[in-house]
Formats: sequence, structure tokens, C-alpha cells
Amino acid sequence: MFEFCTDPKSLETFQWFSCYLTTPKHMSMYYSLFTVVALILLTAPFGLMFGFMGAFASRSKNMIIRILGKGYTSIVRGVPDIVFFLFVPIALDQAIEFIRHKTLCWDVTEPIWRGNDFVVCRAAKMPLSEAAVWTHDVYGFLLAVVAFAFVFGAFCSNVLAGALKSVPRGQIEAGRSMGLGERQIRRLIEVPQMWIYALPGLSNLWQLLIKSTPLLFLLGVEDLVYWARELGGSKTSAYAYSHADWRLAYFTVLLLFYLLVTSISQRGFERMRKRLARGQNFSGAS
Amino acid sequence: MILKSLGTTLGVMALTATVAMSDTVRMGTEGAYPPYNFVNDKGEIDGFERELGDELCARAELECVWVKNEWDSIIPNLVSGNYDTIIAGMSITEERDAVIDFSDAYFPSDPSAYVGLAGADPALINGVVAAQINTIQASHVASSGAQLMEFASPDETVAAVRNGQADTALADKAFWEPIVAESNGELEFVGEDIVLGAGIGVGVRESDGELKAKFNTAIASMKEDGSLNTIIKKWFGEDAATFE
Amino acid sequence: MTCGEAVSAYLFRAIGVGERLLPSNDIGICEQAILIGSGVMWNIYFALFAVILGFFAATALALGKFDGGKFTKKFCELFIYFFRGTPLFIQFFFAYELFVLLPRLSIDIPLGFTTITAETRWFTRAWLGAAIVLFLNTAAYSAEIFYGALRAIPRGEVEAGAALGLSRWQRFRLIVWPTMLRLAWPSYTNEAIFLFHATTLVYFSSFPAWQQKGDALYYANYFAEKTFNPFIAYPIVAAYFIAVTLFLIFVFGRVNKRLTRHIF
Repeated sequence: MFEFCTDPKSLETFQWFSCYLTTPKHMSMYYSLFTVVALILLTAPFGLMFGFMGAFASRSKNMIIRILGKGYTSIVRGVPDIVFFLFVPIALDQAIEFIRHKTLCWDVTEPIWRGNDFVVCRAAKMPLSEAAVWTHDVYGFLLAVVAFAFVFGAFCSNVLAGALKSVPRGQIEAGRSMGLGERQIRRLIEVPQMWIYALPGLSNLWQLLIKSTPLLFLLGVEDLVYWARELGGSKTSAYAYSHADWRLAYFTVLLLFYLLVTSISQRGFERMRKRLARGQNFSGAS
Repeated sequence: MILKSLGTTLGVMALTATVAMSDTVRMGTEGAYPPYNFVNDKGEIDGFERELGDELCARAELECVWVKNEWDSIIPNLVSGNYDTIIAGMSITEERDAVIDFSDAYFPSDPSAYVGLAGADPALINGVVAAQINTIQASHVASSGAQLMEFASPDETVAAVRNGQADTALADKAFWEPIVAESNGELEFVGEDIVLGAGIGVGVRESDGELKAKFNTAIASMKEDGSLNTIIKKWFGEDAATFE
Repeated sequence: MTCGEAVSAYLFRAIGVGERLLPSNDIGICEQAILIGSGVMWNIYFALFAVILGFFAATALALGKFDGGKFTKKFCELFIYFFRGTPLFIQFFFAYELFVLLPRLSIDIPLGFTTITAETRWFTRAWLGAAIVLFLNTAAYSAEIFYGALRAIPRGEVEAGAALGLSRWQRFRLIVWPTMLRLAWPSYTNEAIFLFHATTLVYFSSFPAWQQKGDALYYANYFAEKTFNPFIAYPIVAAYFIAVTLFLIFVFGRVNKRLTRHIF
């Protein structure tokens, strides 16, 4: 990074640290911060989408859809999220490659599962083997987003179902007496009115989502925890910057980082609550 | 499209010859086991296996890309096709050989050694022993009657000995040597070295016979002209075990 | 290995009883189900330890935040803020690194008939260290729930108690505490379920497994790696957790009935 960094072993403490903290490897750690933020920002809308699907499905008049919706909401909430994180990406990846294999290489007669091996034809690989490294990273990241959205969608669905139930019946009946159809009632009354009831639950989920991002590390995505462990471990002179075991320091920084993010978002939600409470006949309005 | 038209005539061939087509081979490694493989300060994969792997790929005329993967799930990700080889200081053992295939050894059977705090009693190799999860060392400790303590990375086993959680730790001797040498006398080898496994080879899927053959040819040619021994000596010192 | 043999070999493997070596080849579904089930014992142990001790700590913290002196209030607030604001996963990593730095001491505790030597290095073992982290964590989350409930107790109820001449302690025991629990119970049930699920993180953070004694997910992960087939081991874990979660909901529901019986 800096010119004087060519020979780290000869540097004074301050210069040594300014070089050490700007090695390309440390840059990867700072960069992984964006990975974490991107995961949160992408998971939230997708999770909400899964949530809406789950909530409306569990209120559906069709019994099969209702069972699917309720099953999704309660089974996913009954199992530790980490189990899904270890499971969903692999299952999804294999499912995608399986489908691509069947469509792209329909004439290959060899079985896909051979003993322990899962072998699809070269064209069915996702992404292709010769694709650039970043495509593989992005693909792995997107699998993680789906896994997170799947889990958080179930929690969202539970919150949204509760909020939909809390919309005062009078408002819905008023809509009905005005001659609105079921869909119009849903679009014009239920959904806009339920947010104030859903907000406390959703803000809770948002905090939960932030605090579960360190699990990305278990999905093979190089996130902050991965780099903190990698950089913090003791380094022999095989490395240009050798040092003792500094993991405690790295984890302290991580704790502070997360504390900061959760505090900021808590403030944001408080503001949003005040805004939504405006014009509501609701005790929280002030 | 090419695959489809080939597929009808060659059928089986097109599949087994996965690497023959466009020749990008994804090389899986751990990146946390210096000097075998590690991530250097530039953030690149470095070490003995990086240099060796690049040379093997050059000789086999393959285009290679390096992929990092946690040790814990390195075999599952090979068999599910996330990469095509494992080149991560993985000893050839019967148990692993049952699920994946190995090339010929590119590193001779390396002794494993116990390390403890200076002045440790040799009997402590039967005390609390730290080892990395899913390694030959871990299964050796589990069956030896000592108390096994498992960690996800080799680095953590060193820390466990340093702070006295474990009496000793078992790992490849070549991994220990720089650590013991630079510990200012804090760490020491304990007891006798033991030989586990039948050398280190490149792991490939069982269905990938062609890739295995290519690596075998490349390894044989490096053994023949002595360049393999040169790389071994470069990374493991003049006294390292080499091929005849 | 038949299922009967698997039961005798692995039913209590997670606490070190039975076959020393884990199954390594020809792994059948029975071995997986039994060994993973034996690991569930650890999840239950961690959850019980943390929830039971955490309940009392949470009550104290909530009261401190609600009604404590200046210093107590600040302390309780900070404690709750820290543990609720950071990921449990990193708390585990951090605590482990901290515990290994403890000076290694041993203290003899005489029990009359025998003496136990307590060592500070037990903190680095999951059964103590991880349980403490879980305890502190759930104490903070539950305290925030209890605090919210305390704020929602109608003033009139407490004032009525005072008018009846009840002492401060009597008012707490007879009015504040039961009302707080009743109001907090649905959220507290959720917290207990979350905590139970969080126990699966223990062996995935820094805490090492000793003698391959681990929790349900530790064994599921072991099998997924040995058989290269995640489609059996992980669903088994899921099934166990759903079963225990349903049981938890049942027990908490019974308690809720008791708490609210005067209302219906």
C-alpha cells in the first residue's frame, strides 16, 4: 500500500501497523464487510416476499395451499436456522445442476449419482468450470441469500399473518360495504393497514437477520468471521507480517462493528414507527 | 451444442472425459496449513502445493484455478463437483480412498509428531491431545486411547497447547517445524515421531479417471527430472524426506 | 451393525458411554438416528442450564433496569444492550478466546465425604464455558422482555396493593411478579425456543469437542462428511428439534394456563 512497506521486518510499530492493516489480505476483510451488508439488504426483500407468500397461503381457502403455507411457517421455525444453512445451499445447487443436466444433456445415459459422486455433464455445471472466479463467488453468495430468505421468510410469514389478523374488522367490513372485492380489500385496506402491527415483529427480525450473518462463514462465504479467524491466528515467519495469536483483538472489533450496526438500525426503526403511527387510531401514536 | 452432437456418438466418453474438453481444472485447497498451503499477505494461495500444483498443471497442459474450502467439508465439495481436485496436504488413507481416488504420492510419507510445552513428559502423548478434525492424526488419537480434542483448523491446535488446554497436539511434522523453531523454546517435540498414511496425493473423484491419469503422468515426470525434490527442499528444508 | 447393536453402542455416546470409536464405514440410518439423538442430550442440557439460571438473572436485570439505583440501572442497561446487540456466534468465539487467557488455577471444594478440584480451565470446556455464554445471552434477551412487561403493568394494580397495606416485597411477590410473567409469557416462550435452537452453535464456534462427544449437529455434520450425503443426517436433526420444540411449546403452554387461570 505505502512505499515504505517493501520490507515489513524493518519497520517501526506505527509504520508496521499501517502496512499490516492495509495488506491485500486485510483489504479482502474490509471488502467482506460489503458482502455482509449486501446479504442483509438482499435477504430482507426476498424474505419479505417469502413471508407474504407464506402468510397469504396459510389463510387460503384451498386446503392444500393452506397446509403448505402453515407447514412452511411452523416447520422452518421449529428447526435451528443453522441446519437449513448447512442444507439448503447444497440441496439447491444439486437441484439446479440436476435440472440443467436433464435439459442440456438429455442424451447422456450415465447416471448422475455414481457411488458417492454427483456428476453432471460439463455444460450443466453451475457456474461453468471455466467461468471466472468471481462468478463462482457470486453464485455461492446467491445460494446463501436464498437460504437466508427461506429461513427468515418463515419468521416473516408468522409476523405478517399476525399483523393481518390485527387489522380492525370494521375497516374490512367498511370496504366490503363499499362493494370492494376480496382482492381489492387485500390491496387497499389489509396490506396498507397491517404495517403498523407488523413493524415491531419485523424490526425484531431485522435485528435477528443482522446477528445471524456471521453464519455465512459456515456456508463457505468469506465473511468477516472468516477473515477475523484467518488474519487473527498466529503467523510464523513464512508470512511477511508475523505475529502472535491476535484473534481476541479481531473478535473485539467484530463485536463493536455489530453493536454499531444494530444500534443504528434500532434508531431507524424507532423513526419509522413514529411515522407509521401518524394518523392511526392507535395508542402508540404520538 | 457441441456436447449434444458429440454426446450422441460418444455418449459415455463425453462424460468421463470431463476435463478433456476445455481443460479448466478447479483445484481445491484449504489455505491454512503452512508450508503446504496458506493464504499469503497478498491474499493469494501460496506454499508448496501452490507451486507444485501450478507446475503439474503446466506439464499436463491444464488450465488451473485455485479454490479455497474449509478442511471440514473439503471431500464433500469434491464429490459434489464444486472443484475437481483436492491438493491440500491430504494423506492417502484407506478410509478416504474408499470414497475418492488419489493420484500417486507427490510427497513421501511424512512423519507426524507430537508437540507440547517445553519440558513436557513424554507420557503426555497419551494425555489430552489436540488434533484437527477429520485428519489421520485425529483418527489416530481417537483409537490410541488418549483424550482427543478436536479443532476446526490446525492453528487452533497450536493455541490449545500454548495455553495448556491440551497436553500435546499431533500434526504433520513439517507443519510443526517452523512453529517450534520460532517459539523461543516455548514448544518442543514430545515422544517419537509416528508414520501415518501412505504419503500425500492429489484427490480426485472416482469417476474422474482421466484427470487422475494426467496428474500421475505429470507427477512421474517431475519425479524423474528431480524437480519435485527441488520444490520439496525449497519449502521443507534440506533435510526433508524426498523421493529416491 | 443392527439397530439393537447401534442402541447399545451409541445411545449414550455423547456423554462418553458406549463404543469409543464413531462408526466410520457402512453407516446405516440407525447409527445416524441414535448417535444424533444421543447428541440432543447436550442441546437439552445447554438449554436447561441457560434457561433456568437465566430466568432468575433476567428477573433481577429487568427489575434493575426498571427500578434500580443510578448505577444498577446503567449496568443492567449496558449488559442487556451488549448481549442483545451482538451476534451469539461471535460471543462464543470471543468468550472462548477470553477463557483460555484465564490463569490456570485449581480450587479444592470439600464436600465432606469427598473433595472436588475445580479448575479454571473448565471454562474452556463447552459444558461450562458455552453454557455460561448461553446463560448470559438468554438473561439479556429475557430481561428485555420482562422489562417491557414491567412497564406494561397497570399502575392501579400496584397502588391497590399499597392501599391494602402490603409491604414492598409482598407487592412484588403477589402483584408485580405474576403480572409481569403473565404479560411476558408468549414472548418468553419464543425466547426459550430460540435459545434451544442456538445451542447448536456451540460446537460450530470455537469450543472443541472432547473425545468426539458433541451435540446433535456435531454428529450430523460428522455423518454428512463421512457419507457425503447431507440428505439424511440433517433431516434427522430437524426432526429431533421439531419434536423437542413441540414439547417445549406444550410445557410453556401449561405454565401459561396456570399463570392466567384467574382470568378465565
